Amino acid sequence: MESSAYITLKDVVFSRGGRRIFDGVTLDIPKGKITAIMGPSGTGKTTLLRLIGGQLRPDSGQVTVDGHNVPALKRKDLYRLREKMGMLFQSGALFTDLSVYENVAFPLRVHTRLPEDMIRDIVLMKLEAVGLRGARKLMPSELSGGMTRRVALARSIALDPELIMYDEPFAGQDPIAMGVLVKLIRDLNSSMGLTSVLVSHDVPESLSICHYACILADGKVIGEGTPEELREHPSDRVQQFLNGQPDGPVPFHYPASDAAEDFGVTGGAL
Amino acid sequence: MAQRTTEVIVGLFMIAGLAALLFLALQVSGLSPKSAGDRYTLYANFNDTGGLAPRGKVSMAGVTIGAIESIELDTETFQARVVLAIDAGIDNIPADSAAVIRTSGLLGDQYIDISVGGDLESLNPGDTFYSTQSAMNLERLISNFASGR
Amino acid sequence: MIDRIAALGRGGLDVISSFGRSGRFLVGVLAGIPRPATGFPLLLRQLYFVGVLSLAIVVVSGLFIGMVLGLQGYTILSDYGSEAAIGQMIALTLVRELGPVVTALLFAGRAGSALTAEIGLMKATEQLSSMEMMGVDPLRRVIAPRLWAGFIAMPVLAIIFSVVGIWGGMLVGVDWLGVFEGAFWGNMQSSVDFVDDVLNGVIKSVVFGFVCAWIAVYQGYDCVPTSAGISSATTKTVVYSSLAVLGLDFVLTAVMFGDF
Repeated sequence: MESSAYITLKDVVFSRGGRRIFDGVTLDIPKGKITAIMGPSGTGKTTLLRLIGGQLRPDSGQVTVDGHNVPALKRKDLYRLREKMGMLFQSGALFTDLSVYENVAFPLRVHTRLPEDMIRDIVLMKLEAVGLRGARKLMPSELSGGMTRRVALARSIALDPELIMYDEPFAGQDPIAMGVLVKLIRDLNSSMGLTSVLVSHDVPESLSICHYACILADGKVIGEGTPEELREHPSDRVQQFLNGQPDGPVPFHYPASDAAEDFGVTGGAL
Repeated sequence: MAQRTTEVIVGLFMIAGLAALLFLALQVSGLSPKSAGDRYTLYANFNDTGGLAPRGKVSMAGVTIGAIESIELDTETFQARVVLAIDAGIDNIPADSAAVIRTSGLLGDQYIDISVGGDLESLNPGDTFYSTQSAMNLERLISNFASGR
Repeated sequence: MIDRIAALGRGGLDVISSFGRSGRFLVGVLAGIPRPATGFPLLLRQLYFVGVLSLAIVVVSGLFIGMVLGLQGYTILSDYGSEAAIGQMIALTLVRELGPVVTALLFAGRAGSALTAEIGLMKATEQLSSMEMMGVDPLRRVIAPRLWAGFIAMPVLAIIFSVVGIWGGMLVGVDWLGVFEGAFWGNMQSSVDFVDDVLNGVIKSVVFGFVCAWIAVYQGYDCVPTSAGISSATTKTVVYSSLAVLGLDFVLTAVMFGDF
């Protein structure tokens, strides 16, 4: 069944530093489902999240989130839209001078006028959802990498957002931490009805939990669909990426001059 | 993070700053509560004001009674016209007093000393000193001395 | 050859665009005056880090500079028999020049570099980005309190520097070298004018505080978010602040104390 798109990108073009990062990207992100955005390193997956969040403006094209045209939003409206979004950064990005409890309470203190005991209840509930209620007095410097990410996740759901974006959540995690994150992402999505956007280049984990996936390369969408559709995708590049083949449409060798010249072996006898 | 302690410490910091400012005001620059508005103007013309500068001291019998406001050149008489601000309390300077330019110490600042006359009438605000003595010119003195008086 | 000229042009354009960015940045920071309820505790905390923690270096430096002024001044003035003028020499030097300038240089080195490093680190660990994504303006919450704290703390530090310096000079001049105490203070009082000297010195330190805080905060915000970038930004803060302070000091001195 088709769910309406929560986020739409239409013909988005974006360059930075002379490099064309997006060259006419069009994709729809369905509401209430987990969508994975994958691609080789450096294709601008994080940039895509920033475009959705309004931190960057496309050179041309449309970015629509929940009906709002994001690049055209005024500052105040943009900030209000952001209250409906949660974002989990690659490094967690916890505020180092605040405790775990204060970090999770931060969005509540800033955006609401709830009394202290209500804030306490909400913070503890969110920490319980990620399994870290007992760690609430620790400082970010005392947490392991996986715990940092879980606290950041708790913070990003503090205001009960409609959309949550994960930037490389599986990068550099041990198997147990990875399993925890996968469980949390799946549970949050089903229990809270969130639209989840997952940016990653970890193919097995991403495909295992997403409902819909999109592969970006060279600034364009080279393949999209459900995980099953992608596995059968005819494009060579998609197959090389999904299967992790070292050589194929993305070549193994960085462009270089003729090998014979470099090694001093030219045709003919010395 | 003890918010209270931070507040107290920052408060003490600001108080220390204010106290220092007060110290600079009173002890270092000698600011006194007396307002500078109670003064009246007198004029004096000199042939040579030497190194006299505005804000210089005006004194009588060694006591400071005012300050020099400004020094201008009178283009008709080619004399220097000095504007003096005298404290309002000193309102009975005899009309035949002289304004003399003196130097404090050998190389010190130059100031105006009022040499008291004997007239029963006093100088009124806006009056000009009748007799003045210009600054002592060191080179002229030496050449006078060298040429045998 | 043409490449080098092009590189020079590019460098010049980079400098100009950097100025432009820092100007827009400043407008963004000043426009975002925080609400008193949330903003005041933040400002207070920054005043502590920026002001109170700089007191130690300011007081110690002020004391030593005042004492050196006393010693050197005594040596020079005794040639003219004018040792009694040492009080006004120390006071005028400190209040008009050394107080604002040296405090600004110390401030740039200690508090300025700390601000740059802190903000740069927050940028590198994406804390500023995540704040933005949560709908909190980092300019208002992180940057503005630090800018205002620098702006407020600098004049206070400069005044304390001058006072400690004068006291140090008094220790050397009166207690050690035997200048008559009455002459020390009396000469000082008659030549230091509150409005022309002390207040002008305060105005200078306010200007310096603003410039140093602005440079420090901007360099942190604009840095390349890597460890190399942060260290380069910290260096730039100290260098640019120092140059700006010395240059502005010339301009302000010419305006205030020159007779034009």
